[in-house]
Amino acid sequence: MLSRVADSIYWLGRYIERAENVARAIDVNLQLQLDLPGEERPWEPVIQTAGNADAFFKSYAHVSTENALTFLTFDKENPSSIISCVAAARENARCVRERISSELWIAINQFYLKLNDPEMPKQALAAPHAFYNSVKEFSQLTVGIIQGTMTHDVAWNFARLGTMIERADQTSRILDVKYYILLPDVSMVGMALDTVQWNAVLKSVGAYEMFHRKNSNVTPQNVADFLLLSEDFPRSLRYCLEQAEISLKNIAFPVKSNADSLRLLGKMRSDMAFSTIEEIIKSGLHEKIEEMQVNLCDLGTQIWKDFFC
Amino acid sequence: MKFGNYNTEGFYDELCLPDGTPRPSAEPLITRINELPEGELQRRQKVAESAFFDNGITFAVYGNKDGKDKIIPFDVIPRIVSAGDWKHLDAGLRQRTEALNCFLTDIYNDRKILRDKVVPESLINTCTAYRPQMEGFVPPKGIWAHITGTDLVRDTDGTFYVLEDNMRCPSGVSYVLQNRQILKRTFPQVFTHCSIRPVDEYCTRLRKALEYLADGVAEPKVVVLTPGVYNSAYYEHSYLAQQMGVDLVTGNDLVVQDKKVYARTTRGLKQVHVIYRRVDDEFLDPLTFRPDSCLGVPGLIDAYKAGNVALANAPGCGVADDKAIYTYVPQIIKYYLGEEAIIPNVPTFVCENPKHMQHVIDHIENMVVKAASESGGYGMLVGPKSTKAECEAFKEKIKANPRNYIAQPMISLSRVPCIVDGNFEGRHVDLRPYIVQGKETYILPGGLTRVALKKGSIVVNSSQGGGCKDTWVIAENEKAPELGQAKQWMEQQQQQQ
Repeated sequence: MLSRVADSIYWLGRYIERAENVARAIDVNLQLQLDLPGEERPWEPVIQTAGNADAFFKSYAHVSTENALTFLTFDKENPSSIISCVAAARENARCVRERISSELWIAINQFYLKLNDPEMPKQALAAPHAFYNSVKEFSQLTVGIIQGTMTHDVAWNFARLGTMIERADQTSRILDVKYYILLPDVSMVGMALDTVQWNAVLKSVGAYEMFHRKNSNVTPQNVADFLLLSEDFPRSLRYCLEQAEISLKNIAFPVKSNADSLRLLGKMRSDMAFSTIEEIIKSGLHEKIEEMQVNLCDLGTQIWKDFFC
Repeated sequence: MKFGNYNTEGFYDELCLPDGTPRPSAEPLITRINELPEGELQRRQKVAESAFFDNGITFAVYGNKDGKDKIIPFDVIPRIVSAGDWKHLDAGLRQRTEALNCFLTDIYNDRKILRDKVVPESLINTCTAYRPQMEGFVPPKGIWAHITGTDLVRDTDGTFYVLEDNMRCPSGVSYVLQNRQILKRTFPQVFTHCSIRPVDEYCTRLRKALEYLADGVAEPKVVVLTPGVYNSAYYEHSYLAQQMGVDLVTGNDLVVQDKKVYARTTRGLKQVHVIYRRVDDEFLDPLTFRPDSCLGVPGLIDAYKAGNVALANAPGCGVADDKAIYTYVPQIIKYYLGEEAIIPNVPTFVCENPKHMQHVIDHIENMVVKAASESGGYGMLVGPKSTKAECEAFKEKIKANPRNYIAQPMISLSRVPCIVDGNFEGRHVDLRPYIVQGKETYILPGGLTRVALKKGSIVVNSSQGGGCKDTWVIAENEKAPELGQAKQWMEQQQQQQ
């Protein structure tokens, strides 16, 4: 397939996944606000995961729920806001309309038009849960359409590769924010507030129920183990990397089986597959996540070099 | 909404007779519309409009500040062409495209028609669409304009005229195909009971015609070349590529090596054999045409001339749709085919001719003046609708560059009923059928009916506030549907609600 088209489909997958993760992060923080009344939830960590704080303070005087939601959802100046992600996904879809199914295009375009309705910010603030749920549903709908209506060929593998790399990136960010920014003080580990917060992290990646089927205790170590190393939870870092590797192999074989991106991804995947959580925590969870994020970034660049240029 | 008091106001109406009663071919449709419950037609109009938005069937308007795409306004009342009218048009369009194809081969080779002084040589030499780079060249299979869109209009007495030939990259066919999809959902049962000729075949025919250009190759690779996502017709480019099942490419996706064209793919370079290009001549190849073009592919024309790739339409086709050459098309038909033109031209004054120019200047308030090199409704003056100052300004323009202007008497374009504020009102229309020349010539039964939505306006271009309608061509020898079936359908519809 055309390199330009492959590039667009890869980013289409990434942007839709990113929109979903931003919605998840926001939704959970809103839920926490209900669980812990009397306390204004800090939005900085979410802003930090889903965008960046500098950009926020350039446009907004102070952190309030309304400002944070506006910045993260409807601010077109913020490239990671939901509206920016959906617009970018649509732009990529528009560039490859002839290559994707009409149903996929219509789903993306409809949601884009809905978000751009001038009434939408008001409605979202009035009923945020329903709104952020609709963003998640949109992402799941598109993933379903991609799965169900597109030939599982190179194009499909590029979409999946984009989705999986983005998801790996987002899961690691969410875990890191909780571990590093929310709770730098080790003495608070294990307190009631702490459990509520860890549950919130699990919920934000849709892992709450699945986690509890495997673990009886919500400890930071268990949560990190689940979100990084679970072999079958579909948002864990290990799972995402394994799936990404399958797609990348399908893309590269047999013509480009010596692509450097395959080597990079293989190393990252085996790191997650053959490490234990004890080893990771001992040498520093934050450091490990940071390393993974740098590697993911390098991987993106290498994929671009191998296939898109 | 009822057709009861519809007034044709003295214009030729495509659906109704002068007394407001339906023409035979429109009778089944109008009967059904009259039977719809109040408000139902407007509801269906709304549903149809939102389908356009959801599908992103949009176009960009150049110079429009907010940069947003617009949908082309769509009216659900179709234009209906009777079997008899269509037979006439079909024959006329075949004749015209055949003659213009002969003309193009001649102009770029022997130039017999110029030596025989049927067409003045000066018109060719001053034509901005003439491409000296194509001299001495005959395109693959001898076909120049693989896709033609011919603009037709109809006068008060019902006569069809050719208003314009479009032989470069005529656009709009995707609207024809989408309009039909949407109208089938709007009036499902009318379709099962009327014999409306289908248009779905177009993309298959187009792909066949393109593949025919490389019929020596086992599996020819066909692509559609677009200027990119910001082009006003991008939607159409992507739609045609999607429906034909071929790749849509931009200039950067292609590269020429050893006079062969290749696409850059994730698995390396793949040879391309046929390019349906929607990029204008001047931008196709910076080595041959405009050196500042970023939209084209360096070396493309070399590869084309070496016979390693086919282009549709061939570069240089524009000389045949120049508005001044247009005047000579009846003579061109006579010269090459020995026949009279089946569909006449609108009488046209060519300002390059001093006598004609004087006439135009003297009667400008009754004329429609057009710039010979422009399209899309830009650079034109509709005399009867313009102020004195506008007319005076145009006179100066004509005097400064007479070769660039032609003028025609104002034709009272035929009308079709449209939904306007809960009533039916007549609006002026034209018709652009599409002709595909491949191994055989295929004419899409129907075409794009463009409608000037402003009351009284005759400018139908979408960039100037025009909209569109579905065009139904009634099949020959088919009985008109029985009224009983219509009743049955109405009852079903009401039960469903």
